[in-house]
Amino acid sequence: MNTLWLDVVVAVLGGAVRVGTPFLFVSLGECITEKAGRINLGLEGVLVFSAMAGFGASYLTGQWWLGVLAAGLSGALIALLHGVVSSLPRVNDIAAGIAIMLLGGGLAFYLGKPLIQPQAAQIPAIPLGAWLGAEPQGAIGSALAINVLFPLGVALALALAWALKNTGWGLTVRMVGDSADAARAQGTSVNGVRIAATTVGGFIAGLGGASLSLYFPGSWNEALSSGQGLIAVALVIFARWHPVRCLGAALLFGGAGALGPALQSVGVTGYYHLFNAVPYALTLAILVWACSPRRALQGAPAELGVSH
Amino acid sequence: MKHSTLESMALPVLALAGGLGLFGLFVWLNGHDPVQAWSLLFLGAFGDAFSLQNTLQRAAPLMLTALCVAIPARAGLTVIGGEGALVLGGLACAALAGAVPLPGGAAGTLLLLLAAAAAGAAWIALAGWLRQWRGVNETISSLLLGYIAIALFKHTVEGPLRDPASLNKPSTLPLEESLRIGSIGPWDVHWGLAWGVLLCLAAGLWLLATTHGFATRVVGGNPRAAQIVGLPATRLIITACALGGACAGLAGGIEVAAVHTSANASLIVGLGYTGILVSFVARHQPLAIVPVAMLFGGFLAAGSLLQRRMGLPDASVQVLMGFCFVFILASEALRGRLGALFSIRRSLPAPVGAAA
Repeated sequence: MNTLWLDVVVAVLGGAVRVGTPFLFVSLGECITEKAGRINLGLEGVLVFSAMAGFGASYLTGQWWLGVLAAGLSGALIALLHGVVSSLPRVNDIAAGIAIMLLGGGLAFYLGKPLIQPQAAQIPAIPLGAWLGAEPQGAIGSALAINVLFPLGVALALALAWALKNTGWGLTVRMVGDSADAARAQGTSVNGVRIAATTVGGFIAGLGGASLSLYFPGSWNEALSSGQGLIAVALVIFARWHPVRCLGAALLFGGAGALGPALQSVGVTGYYHLFNAVPYALTLAILVWACSPRRALQGAPAELGVSH
Repeated sequence: MKHSTLESMALPVLALAGGLGLFGLFVWLNGHDPVQAWSLLFLGAFGDAFSLQNTLQRAAPLMLTALCVAIPARAGLTVIGGEGALVLGGLACAALAGAVPLPGGAAGTLLLLLAAAAAGAAWIALAGWLRQWRGVNETISSLLLGYIAIALFKHTVEGPLRDPASLNKPSTLPLEESLRIGSIGPWDVHWGLAWGVLLCLAAGLWLLATTHGFATRVVGGNPRAAQIVGLPATRLIITACALGGACAGLAGGIEVAAVHTSANASLIVGLGYTGILVSFVARHQPLAIVPVAMLFGGFLAAGSLLQRRMGLPDASVQVLMGFCFVFILASEALRGRLGALFSIRRSLPAPVGAAA
């Protein structure tokens, strides 16, 4: 019995990294978008579409890194559409996000129809467990096999945090997000910066899409993403708009998401669907805890419409 | 007709034409004939009596899920969790029928539908309450609640309430014959359509002609004014959410009682999400929802024809709806300018040759 629970703990910890990698990228993408003062609910559509495009490119070329690149670029393209539509007069970014969610999913399912059966070149794993002396196929060995994109995401989180704080580019993004009027007075194009930030955010989220379809279990199907793009919005709030805290939040959500499959693997199957809903319930709990009707959220970009 | 009214009707029509046009371009780029796609869309939707009945059958739940977006929208909220309310409504309907002995016939059916509406109302009211209590963004919370509702639904249908006889497709026990909702007269359209149309009319009447509806619109349109005149914003907002949720829950109950006869995964086909688009196209006007729901119900009905005749993927209709949604939003940018465009053209001096 004890080893059973140990298996669950190991599976959850390993799953935190595996399931958390898409969360990490999509939340970093959302973070930079929101820093510029826009919410992109459409990242859900970005994620599905880029997962499909990445899988397709990897399948056609046989090169996993081309798949990752294609995922990033297609994510940027869909996010660019969100950025442009939200910049039109009288269009609100939440409504545009709902539209992009629907459109991204539709395009992905349409174009991805022939991709449901085949196998594509996968993103390689770093056998961290094997380096540490564990059996590669054992529970610990497979839990500690890490998606190569994960260290990239960690580096990206650190780099983004540094760049937002220390570079002129970061200052511009933050200024546009905190006071559009100040930015306009400076002669900065508010919409231009927001479209750029949304597009870059879409590219980063696209890398998350690639880790959904090109890393274990590594296939394209229509149920691949179920709300990760939306959870990312809450995750960024939880991380108080700080890229490095996004990393911690992504790992927490990854662990929560891995709970259902981990329990199923040791034979606890009766509550499978309920355990799969844990990330959503956790997100909601975090929102209730973090939000307040009386004051703006601490650390929130002032132009953001996320808190009322 | 007032200039702005004309514009309010012209903009969505233009946007839908744009969405259809882009869809044609999209299928053409994929090596299909766009003209055939367009004609199949309309044949599959309104071509003959069979497809028209199919269209109306699908329009009925869309009217109700669209109300779940439109009514809170008039109170200033963007609620997109209709799918969750619909699913829970269907579950409540099936669960009540399985749990207690009900009177047969219309009285029993009415009780089932009440349970469905109550479940949906509670779910969406929760999103409204979380916003008023803690300032949680209702768009995100309603969607998260939707995912949780679907998980609860699957857990209950595959677990405690599963009919042991349903082997391949987990379902609850089927409703008794007398509790099911039948067809309207000789047509193959169930009475759910009447519920949808009636509730759209009622919602329109409520918004336009009652004090409560007016107060709700004030809260949605100008929260500061509402505060100054002392309207109970929280109560009005949560009521609007509950009314919208009740409609979506009712949609789920009707789908179970009229179409599927038990709660199972066939209920989760995105009717709640399509309702969002319907409401946006109708500009959150309950009366406009009726024709718009029929149009999109028609597109859904035509989807299978596109699959069979042209070999298009089943997601074609979702692509079309995505294009339409983007165009509908973008068309807002033209508001106020469309009229100007035409009046400028009209005020130009007529060409010399035309005067004769």
